[in-house]
Amino acid sequence: MAELMPSLPLDTLAAAPRDVAVARLVALGPAARLVFRGREAAIGPAGEAFGVPLPREACRVNAADGRYALWLGPDEWMLLALDTDPAPIFAAIEAATAGLPHALTDVSARSTGIEIAGPQAAFVLGQGCPLDLSPEAFPVGMCTRTLFHKAEIVLVRTAPDIFHIDVWRSFAPYVWELLEEGRREFA
Amino acid sequence: MTNRFRTPSGGRIDRRARVSFRFDGQTYDGFRGDTLASALIANGVHLVGRSFKYHRPRGFISAGSDEPNALVDVARDRARTAPNLRATQVELYEGLNATSQNRWPSLGFDAGAMNDLFSPFLPAGFYYKTFMWPAGAWKRFYEPKIRAMAGLGVAPTLPDPDRYTQNHAFCDVLVVGAGPAGLAAALAASESGAKVVLCDEQAELGGSLLAETTATIEGQPAAEWLSQTLATLTARDNVTLLPRTTAFGYFPHNLIALAERVTEHLASPDPNQPRERLWKVRAREVVIAAGALERPLVFPDNDRPGVMLADAGRTYLNRYGARVGERVVIFTAGDCGYRTALDLKAGGVAVVAVADLRAEVTGDLPARALAAGIDVRPATVVTGTSGRLRISAAHLAKVKDGAVGPSEKIACDALLMSGGLTPSVHLFSQSRGKLVWDEAAGAYLPGTSAERERSAGACRGVYGLAAVLEDGYAKGEAAASDARTHAAPGRAAAPASVAKGRAFNAAGDHASADGFIGATPHARNPAFVKAFVDWQNDVTVKDIKLATREGFRSIEHVKRYTTTGMATDQGKTSNMNALGIVSEAIGEAVPKIGLTTFRPPFTPTTFGIFAGEARGDLFDPVRKTAIHDWAAEHGATFEDVSLWKRAHYFPKAGEDMHAAVARECRAVRSSVGMFDASTLGKIEIVGPDAAEFMNRMYTNAWLKLAPGRLRYGVMLREDGFVMDDGVVGRMAEDRFHVTTTTGGAPRVLAHMEDYLQTEWPDLDVWLTSTTEQWAVIAVQGPKARAVLEPLVEGIDLSREAFPHMSVREGRICGVPTRLFSVSFTGELGFEVNVPATYGRAVWEAIFAAGEPFGITPYGTETMHVLRAEKGYIIVGQETDGTATPDDVGLGWAVGKAKKDFVGKRSLERAAFFRPDRKQLVGLLTKDPRTVLEEGAQVVADPKALVPVPMLGHVTSSYMSATLERSIALAVVKGGRARIGQTLVVPMPGRMIEVDVVEPVFYDPKGERLDG
Repeated sequence: MAELMPSLPLDTLAAAPRDVAVARLVALGPAARLVFRGREAAIGPAGEAFGVPLPREACRVNAADGRYALWLGPDEWMLLALDTDPAPIFAAIEAATAGLPHALTDVSARSTGIEIAGPQAAFVLGQGCPLDLSPEAFPVGMCTRTLFHKAEIVLVRTAPDIFHIDVWRSFAPYVWELLEEGRREFA
Repeated sequence: MTNRFRTPSGGRIDRRARVSFRFDGQTYDGFRGDTLASALIANGVHLVGRSFKYHRPRGFISAGSDEPNALVDVARDRARTAPNLRATQVELYEGLNATSQNRWPSLGFDAGAMNDLFSPFLPAGFYYKTFMWPAGAWKRFYEPKIRAMAGLGVAPTLPDPDRYTQNHAFCDVLVVGAGPAGLAAALAASESGAKVVLCDEQAELGGSLLAETTATIEGQPAAEWLSQTLATLTARDNVTLLPRTTAFGYFPHNLIALAERVTEHLASPDPNQPRERLWKVRAREVVIAAGALERPLVFPDNDRPGVMLADAGRTYLNRYGARVGERVVIFTAGDCGYRTALDLKAGGVAVVAVADLRAEVTGDLPARALAAGIDVRPATVVTGTSGRLRISAAHLAKVKDGAVGPSEKIACDALLMSGGLTPSVHLFSQSRGKLVWDEAAGAYLPGTSAERERSAGACRGVYGLAAVLEDGYAKGEAAASDARTHAAPGRAAAPASVAKGRAFNAAGDHASADGFIGATPHARNPAFVKAFVDWQNDVTVKDIKLATREGFRSIEHVKRYTTTGMATDQGKTSNMNALGIVSEAIGEAVPKIGLTTFRPPFTPTTFGIFAGEARGDLFDPVRKTAIHDWAAEHGATFEDVSLWKRAHYFPKAGEDMHAAVARECRAVRSSVGMFDASTLGKIEIVGPDAAEFMNRMYTNAWLKLAPGRLRYGVMLREDGFVMDDGVVGRMAEDRFHVTTTTGGAPRVLAHMEDYLQTEWPDLDVWLTSTTEQWAVIAVQGPKARAVLEPLVEGIDLSREAFPHMSVREGRICGVPTRLFSVSFTGELGFEVNVPATYGRAVWEAIFAAGEPFGITPYGTETMHVLRAEKGYIIVGQETDGTATPDDVGLGWAVGKAKKDFVGKRSLERAAFFRPDRKQLVGLLTKDPRTVLEEGAQVVADPKALVPVPMLGHVTSSYMSATLERSIALAVVKGGRARIGQTLVVPMPGRMIEVDVVEPVFYDPKGERLDG
């Protein structure tokens, strides 16, 4: 049987984004995404199996080799690995945490990634996000679940001028188009 | 008459940049840097509007945002038409096209002016007293007529083509107002590195300094100091300067809303720029440096065009090089008027007389006026004015021992008045700070704060350039220091910085606290004079006195009865004088009468700025499934289900909805159909206590459900009513795949999280929303197995290996799947869950594999018909939040032996056992072609006495292609006991007889489910 083609929700919209150097917009490719929740005992082994220790400080990201562990709550992390099959990661973590109270759920297809980069990226995001996105209040390595206009997003600052947005698939066009609206004045 | 009133030099206008504009169809010239008001004044135009109620001719009063009269309509095109703009704030641009309002047929001759003659019949509160008869005429006749006669501009009817954006901003110190106090505060606050935002409603930052020609600061002319200060602030990275930005609302926790007019002043705005931008500023500390507004004097005929505020006359001259007239009379209650007199005289204007309300006129400014040869008249009032569309004379009279003597007409073309200064406490009041009456200042001043703010300069009654600068600087320092000690969460607080203060060496003629509140005396018959208090709402002294005679004593009541201060200017010029008049009339001190509360917005604000980008397709998220585009390409029509777009039906050429749905239904019953069920809510419940948690949340028993099996679950609220339902798969001992209704997904997850976090934190179980992880393709019909079998790997689809209500994991078309054998149609059915990324590809593969069987995509309408034929309920359609499981025939799903579950205790309530509870039944019309209307009432005897007792209502109703007749579900009181009876559904013009039947119309034994 011929292999099926995956499709991402921004395939069409993001094909030709407006060229705005001060706030570049890119739709990110597929990724493995796992939600890990659990009791204390399982947290360490889960991080070890994932290859990135799970951050214990609120709203912080640990990253290594294209793998990111995002703190989303006191007992909740999103484990993200770019362009990776989630199945082996899932199996490895399950093996490492067997018998320890926890929950691991594959949500790789639930959301999609958007990168916005450039000196005006924070300003464009600030049009819909009610958080203080200054480098002091939202430094590199910070992540949080927040709102962009009326859509829930997970926001990560990966570099001083680069943010990653993780948004549920059906909300992705809405977020993308509002980011485009926000960039318009710099076009 | 081009710029006849323009000075030969001076002012901040750019005299090299001529700008041509139109007002009421006539073309004029102005300069860049002019406002519409200053350009018209330079051209000798003062008549710019008609008043709200009496249609009296009106001119400019002020030079700023407090302007009550000069409201104009500025139109770029038919859609870009903005009514009620204050001409004093409209910046001139090439081609600006403005028109006056509230006049017909023209500004010079206005038919509505007859209201002025009828004014004895239009006293305060006239609409409460007249127009009361006949009943009903108010709505049909009086109100529309009054609205057409009164009122201001006309809103455009076309959609607004402009863009509006909003953004969130954060700063340590927000300074509102860029006059001397605000500038000094911004300087001081930014010195320490604090993040500072400085905003001002005017096009240029500088406030009162923009109209200073003689003052000096630190030995420099004020204008020079201003430009250096702005250069300093601009050079600081930690300072954001926002001109043309009005702080219009002060909201809790130091959230201040700023409206920035981005392109309004441009002749041809870039369409990529927003017209306006809403700044939602969360400021750690705020410095309010809003300045003070000059108060008019209230005397007869004080609304004649050419009667203006004294300081406005000075501003037009000094800032815009525009003379308000050639012969000017000044009426003042304090020293402010003399400052204007001296500047006007120096600017080449003949100052004919200064009438001073005070008996004793002493001090430096009056002395200098006398020395300059100005006719200064102490103890003198203006008792009236002459002229029709422009003042031609002022009537001056001496006051002696409280008696007003005979008046003398003095010819003039402008009369400038100064009643003293009113500190602008609007924002402070909006912040819920407490205002305190200050007898010395004769004003309400900021008292106790409710928010982290402080006022600086004239808005707290500090006058004099040096004092204002020093106050501003000190407040800026204090704000920055307080911001450090109250750091944001997650940031370390720093110790307060040491306030150093700064002395400013400044000199100039400055405003002072002296002035007058109320109406000035005159000897005329009060019944026949109009002395205006509130220009915009046409409220006179007479109206306010009438209100006090009728017993109103609190200013809150006087305000509402007379409408004083209730116009769009919120009484910026009128509030204090109204207080003074009430105070005098009832013999109570001003603070006893109170002060009305200021509310946002400070000045009128566009709706566009509030809507921002939330309009059209971006008003709300439009959620689409992975299969949506395929459905659209195949002609589906869509319906909105919460935020989702769902395929409603797939009409073929020439088919209407009825025909399409009938065809889709027959295909599912006879062969196979496919349906996009991706929008169903999904929650993954995982952990060692998952089954226990399920057991507590749902009415059913879950502990013994074997992995690999499905169960239909019912969830109640605490009150025992059905909240949601859905099919749940046990994937493993510790893992459940829960489905919810489409609209209920977020509510159910929150409900579960709530219990888990607050009631049962001890359970080792966690919830994750997987709604969007899975695309769900329902394949339903006798041929469903045949279609799927060749596509599936690792799952035995045979009836024996994979019975109805089972779940298996494997692959379909090479993609991992959770395959459910489940049916919401009554036919053999499967629901294929695949990662949403592959939703469309798998859908297409199944569609291709089904083609030999005539596989038919169907939408939500067919799904509804098929499930109704089987009597399957839809939560929210058959239930309305007051249905118990037993009411809707789900008593079987309640685990009677269970110790507890959410809602169990409520199910024991006596009312739930009453025989007349509304119960789910089927209805069959006597005429099989009649389709009942959903929501129609069901009665036993339509001839019963009105009100006819209602038994219940129709919840679902369709034409069933399968049964070749109409079917309906209904909830009916004691319905199950009525099976076999005939009831009636009364509809307009006819009574429809219906038989009450069991709510399962098709295959009641469920023999088709296994194929």
